[in-house]
Amino acid sequence: MTGLASAASLFLLAVGLSLIFGALGIVNFAHGSFFALGAYFLFALTRGDAAGFWHYLPVAVAASLVVGAVVERVFMRRVLNRAEHYQILLTYALLLIIEDVSKICFGADYKSIGMPKGFEMPVFVLGIPFPSYYLGLVGLAAAAALLLWLFLHRTRYGTLVRAVAQDREMLEALGVNVPLLFTVIFALGIGLAGFGGAVSLPLQSISTGVAVDAVISAFIVVVVGGLGSIWGTLLGAILIGEIQAFGALVLPEFSIAFTYVLMAAVLLFRPWGLLGRPPAVRT
Amino acid sequence: MSMLALEQLVAGYGPIRVVHNLSLTVGEGEVVALLGRNGAGKTTTLKAALGMVRVSSGRVLYRSRDVTRLATHRRAMLGMGYVPDDRRIFPELTVRENLEVAIKRGSKNGRGWTSERIYQLMPWLKEIQRRRGGFLSGGEQQMLTIARTMMGNPEVLLLDEPTEGLAPHFVRLVSDLVKELKSSGTAVLLAEQNLRFITPLADRVYVLESGELRLEGTMAAMAEKQEVRALLAL
Repeated sequence: MTGLASAASLFLLAVGLSLIFGALGIVNFAHGSFFALGAYFLFALTRGDAAGFWHYLPVAVAASLVVGAVVERVFMRRVLNRAEHYQILLTYALLLIIEDVSKICFGADYKSIGMPKGFEMPVFVLGIPFPSYYLGLVGLAAAAALLLWLFLHRTRYGTLVRAVAQDREMLEALGVNVPLLFTVIFALGIGLAGFGGAVSLPLQSISTGVAVDAVISAFIVVVVGGLGSIWGTLLGAILIGEIQAFGALVLPEFSIAFTYVLMAAVLLFRPWGLLGRPPAVRT
Repeated sequence: MSMLALEQLVAGYGPIRVVHNLSLTVGEGEVVALLGRNGAGKTTTLKAALGMVRVSSGRVLYRSRDVTRLATHRRAMLGMGYVPDDRRIFPELTVRENLEVAIKRGSKNGRGWTSERIYQLMPWLKEIQRRRGGFLSGGEQQMLTIARTMMGNPEVLLLDEPTEGLAPHFVRLVSDLVKELKSSGTAVLLAEQNLRFITPLADRVYVLESGELRLEGTMAAMAEKQEVRALLAL
């Protein structure tokens, strides 16, 4: 159960990273910062009172979407067509800046929130009590995965998102406003990270340093599952979540090592990830 | 009124100028061929017309409107369509999705091309509509690329060497498509080296060599000129 809840949180964190890399080709080192920012937004809006959780959750997500759109317009656009190290430098700088700005705005102390309304009581699985919000978080992540899949595969705009990863110049020649599409995709990825951060807050306290841990976990999930694949990200999140949970039970001192062993094994035998596709060859 | 006009166009990549002082016009419902050997500047001309290659001087006019500084997607929205010579279908998308990508906002007014109309014209495309683009043969990909651009209802179509590497069966299909477009009033600028392919299709011809205009005239006049054959190294 603990593993599933942490998988849900990891999925929401990593799926935006995968989406942004898949479509824009940007390796977003600041992705964990936007996860943290979503949590900070929710904490600030509710003033740490779980009673306002559901009420303010959409506001926190909307704020994350806006931040994503602004960051893309102001910063990302300038490095889109430049060498990868510019993108890495820029996103790393953003990580540092967001961390310090968060410290100034929200303080450096640990922040957490109680269980949201409707999930105050524990549930019993095999006689062991678990916070019922574990199920709530899994449900929210599953709903987000389903909605994202429907958007990407059942709407025309979703088809454009998949097409832009394959040939952005051709898409422009067909009349698609690619710069606007990039803003939408980046905002969506950041919105998902913000949503992940906000809904994880009842289970995971937030403070400075969370952003770096989060982005590392997100990269591991995405590498294991396969970049650009939603189901791959879901599988990666479940594997990593469960490995961490079971590792902590069985061999706590090695629990982190298990994660890296899995990642190394995937990189050795299936470098494009478990559900990712090997690079396509154009005919 | 000319649908597309290039005036004293100079275009290229970075410091390299590929096309020098090129002027040409394409009228309504007219098929104009741009002939030349490999490297003559045909692709660069088409890409410059659509804004995919930098224009250092000269102008691109679409329906007498100066679009030289307009973004590529805006030119496409105005009514310019482009079919590249290297096909460039979206390999991970299905045939149907490849067609849907090109639908433009506000074009669902009952007129113009729909996937159903495309399937009527190319019934075999309907049979493979769920297949991924990357799994099609070269000829099928070429037809899909043209069909995809048609879905955007272009008024001017820039067609880059559509018969390159195609089997005779597909060359005939492409030829029929160009005729169909012409009869529906679409202006076509057709870059080619295949003189036999363009002879029954083109109204007028421009011949390029090393990025410069060498000859121009009606198809009938040009077809007889030995000079054209020499410039095409036939």
